Amino acid sequence: MTTAQQPAVSLEMAREFGLSEGEYNNALEILGRQPTYTELGIISVMWSEHCSYKSSKKWLMTLPTTGPQVICGPGENAGVVDAGDGDAIIFKMESHNHPSYIEPFQGAATGVGGILRDVFTMGARPIANMNALRFGAPEHPKTRHLVSGVVAGIAHYGNCVGVPTVGGETNFHPAYNGNILVNAMTVGVAKADRIFYSAAAGVGNPVVYVGSKTGRDGIHGATMASAEFSEDSEEKRPTVQVGDPFTEKLLIEACLELMETDAIVAIQDMGAAGLTSSSVEMAGKGGLGIELVLDDVPMREEGMTPYEIMLSESQERMLIILKPGREEVAKAIFDKWELDFAVIGTLTDTGKLVIKMHGQTWCDMPIAPVSNASPLYDRPWEPTPAAAELEDAVRVLPADKTLGDILEKIMACPDQASKRWIWEQYDSLVNGDTRFMSGQADAGVVRLPGQSKGIAVTTDCTPRYCLADPVRGGAQAVAEAYRNLSAVGALPLAVTDNMNFGNPEKPRIMGQFVGAIQGMADACRALDFPVVSGNVSLYNETNGEAILPTPAIGAVGLLPDAMIAVGIAFKNEGDTILLVGEGTGHLGQSLYLREILGREDGPPPPVDLAVERRNGEFVRGLIAEGLVVSSHDIQDGGLLVTVAEMAMAGGIGANLSGLDGADAGTLFGEDQGRYVLAVRADKAATVQEKAKAAGVPVSVLGKTNGTALTGRGGEAITIARLKAANEAWLPGYMAAAE
Amino acid sequence: MKAAVIVFPGSNRERDAVAALEAASGTKPHLVWHRDTELPKVDLILVPGGFSYGDYLRSGAMAAHSPIMREVKARADQGVRVLGICNGFQIITEAGLLPGALMRNAKLKFICRTVHLRVENTDSPFTAKYRKGQIVRYPVAHGDGNYWTDAETVKRLDGEGQVAFRYVSDEGDAAPRWNRNDWNPNGSLDNIAGIFNAKRTVLGLMPHPEDAVSAFHGNTDGKPMFDGLVEALS
Repeated sequence: MTTAQQPAVSLEMAREFGLSEGEYNNALEILGRQPTYTELGIISVMWSEHCSYKSSKKWLMTLPTTGPQVICGPGENAGVVDAGDGDAIIFKMESHNHPSYIEPFQGAATGVGGILRDVFTMGARPIANMNALRFGAPEHPKTRHLVSGVVAGIAHYGNCVGVPTVGGETNFHPAYNGNILVNAMTVGVAKADRIFYSAAAGVGNPVVYVGSKTGRDGIHGATMASAEFSEDSEEKRPTVQVGDPFTEKLLIEACLELMETDAIVAIQDMGAAGLTSSSVEMAGKGGLGIELVLDDVPMREEGMTPYEIMLSESQERMLIILKPGREEVAKAIFDKWELDFAVIGTLTDTGKLVIKMHGQTWCDMPIAPVSNASPLYDRPWEPTPAAAELEDAVRVLPADKTLGDILEKIMACPDQASKRWIWEQYDSLVNGDTRFMSGQADAGVVRLPGQSKGIAVTTDCTPRYCLADPVRGGAQAVAEAYRNLSAVGALPLAVTDNMNFGNPEKPRIMGQFVGAIQGMADACRALDFPVVSGNVSLYNETNGEAILPTPAIGAVGLLPDAMIAVGIAFKNEGDTILLVGEGTGHLGQSLYLREILGREDGPPPPVDLAVERRNGEFVRGLIAEGLVVSSHDIQDGGLLVTVAEMAMAGGIGANLSGLDGADAGTLFGEDQGRYVLAVRADKAATVQEKAKAAGVPVSVLGKTNGTALTGRGGEAITIARLKAANEAWLPGYMAAAE
Repeated sequence: MKAAVIVFPGSNRERDAVAALEAASGTKPHLVWHRDTELPKVDLILVPGGFSYGDYLRSGAMAAHSPIMREVKARADQGVRVLGICNGFQIITEAGLLPGALMRNAKLKFICRTVHLRVENTDSPFTAKYRKGQIVRYPVAHGDGNYWTDAETVKRLDGEGQVAFRYVSDEGDAAPRWNRNDWNPNGSLDNIAGIFNAKRTVLGLMPHPEDAVSAFHGNTDGKPMFDGLVEALS
């Protein structure tokens, strides 16, 4: 093949590659000539929304990213925080939305693979996985197939690599009918003085390729993730990569083994835009050039062109800059793990990306000018109009339904129903370090290998709140993550954000993005809860219909001893049930409103960040002193749903004398900053005194007792009835097609 | 007790096994790489869970032909105790140390939950610390745990006391036979969860006793297995 045989580059082709006319002209100007076909491909992925964050960067810069606990904030493969005693926690959440809609099994599986690589690339052993999933309406013809495929894909990958999946969240809403969300999070642990970064250094140092061979899969995946879907999206199935968790497991072990030596200068995984992103980013961060000889790249298929090799998104591959003369040490490790190892280039002082193959040069362009010219947009945006407050009458419980009927219906609705059918497909126990997994506590809790110290992990977002008021919704997502960590007793450390939105070229959608960021930034600042990593997924629209704005928050907290963590289950008869915090009975955007009254209106609950912080600190303090038996934050469904979940988890009921005469607002309002605790009866007075001293409102709801929720007019709602309703929906729904 | 834990490419529960063995015996077990051809002198060989060779071809099928397995079989023939857990059960069954086969779960899905088991035979160092008929709780985490063998073999296993554990309800109910009740997570034949070889020196089981050995796990029902091995083999 000669250069002449590369297809001729034109504006038409640039457009097909996702570049605008302005961007194409900019490329011509930087190069001072027409780009080659290979160069055009490389430029188009570097400037894609997915790789360049061109619509979002202006706003992402406003998030707080520093703090005494932060070792490395956004900009590397993942965020790094200090866990004390020389330990570092490395974590990130990332979306794989578009591929998962097109091919749910492989799309979700490779999403898990990608986020794992982001974390172990930095030297961490992955110790916990989570996922945040959003599907369309259950009655939509595709939903069942997508749920089944996504869950099986996550299980296939996460189970095989031996990283426990300890929690997550799943919502259903018609707005996701054409664009599901698959957000995967990995948390790993490393030594704080053994963290690996991606900036290349050392002219002449070898550039090494390890892992799987390169094939033609996933070419232009990053471009696909930067455009809206239409009816023919399934034709894009060939752009979805295929994952091999077995190879990933070997790659984890081999990389961690290599990291024990002193051979590595820099390391980066090949994620979106594969070899292009990794080589350009590593050389770019180091202010160097890089020359690659593609003949030496391990290839799975015959006759691949430079263009295909540079843009392939084949999975389970890493690029490493080694110290000179360390090739043999490194190769021996990869040989042991039966993985490919190839020196494919060297670092240069030219500042250029040079690509050679078959004795010819296919790309010779300056890295910094192309990277720096990556477009940044200040897209026009409109604030979301405020929703009207609900009328007072909404607080009156309907006369034609018993409280048991109402509670049963909420417990069985798709968003609230038990997700056991999902999480039982995930290995949540591998490594033997899991303290709490899905359904047991507000956050997943694992201990660090060989230590008693633990971390808590959560993912949170309430998209219906974000649609009604993006600023409040953004703040609420962060506050809920803070609360979920506090509820198990963990000190909240930091946040990773996964921003899932529609088409940013529409001012209404851009306004949702801007609002959510504003709310998140306020909350992160007020709670000392900085953002250390993140990912943006835009253009989640099909035929012009956007998803609900979904700024998914992943967060990590620290426990000095994982054994002090508290779960949600009631444990003893006769414990005193306390409500921490107070509410006004806010029913706007509540599950009660939607499921019982069939309405999706009103503003979401306000978030008082000072109260959130004060109440969180109070609950953590009680848990640290060993005063709390059971703990659960109040979220979807409100107070009664929270108590019902605690009763179902422990198989012990509650006598709720403190709720006599309560209205719908008190029982089902979703006011923020609140917790339900169970404490031993003889400690209740102590806790109340402490609350008084701390200025935290605490009231007695009743005591744990029997096998039903009782009180309030004498109606007994049995745990068995609630459990049946709560557990039946998802398995019944999934079995309906079989 | 000296123990060896065999590590294959794709093993992922070797750390759990090492922790359980070390906690019970006070001695760190040897980790033996699958390409090794010799084993140190040990009293127990543990083949751990995971996805050896990614479960490609068939769970355990490739690992059964790893170089170290010749040595494991030779030691087993000499009476060295062998414990295969989950993928380890699949591997030693593929290697011919135990009869039968482990097929895809009846519901075709991976399943991770805590199940109830009945201890069927306590005449072995693996089960000596349990009472016969005792109901214990172990977690399972597998996709291919559906034990199957021919009618004659299952009759022999039952008659000769080679069934070690059966999946039961929380009240200990295993009947009716051949059922696929909820308490049997994988549809295994005769609710079999674990079996011995004829001399009861080899045990293979799908559930994970090694993940139920401490207050941290919230479950210590697996601890007597390791304590029993240490007592018998020290």
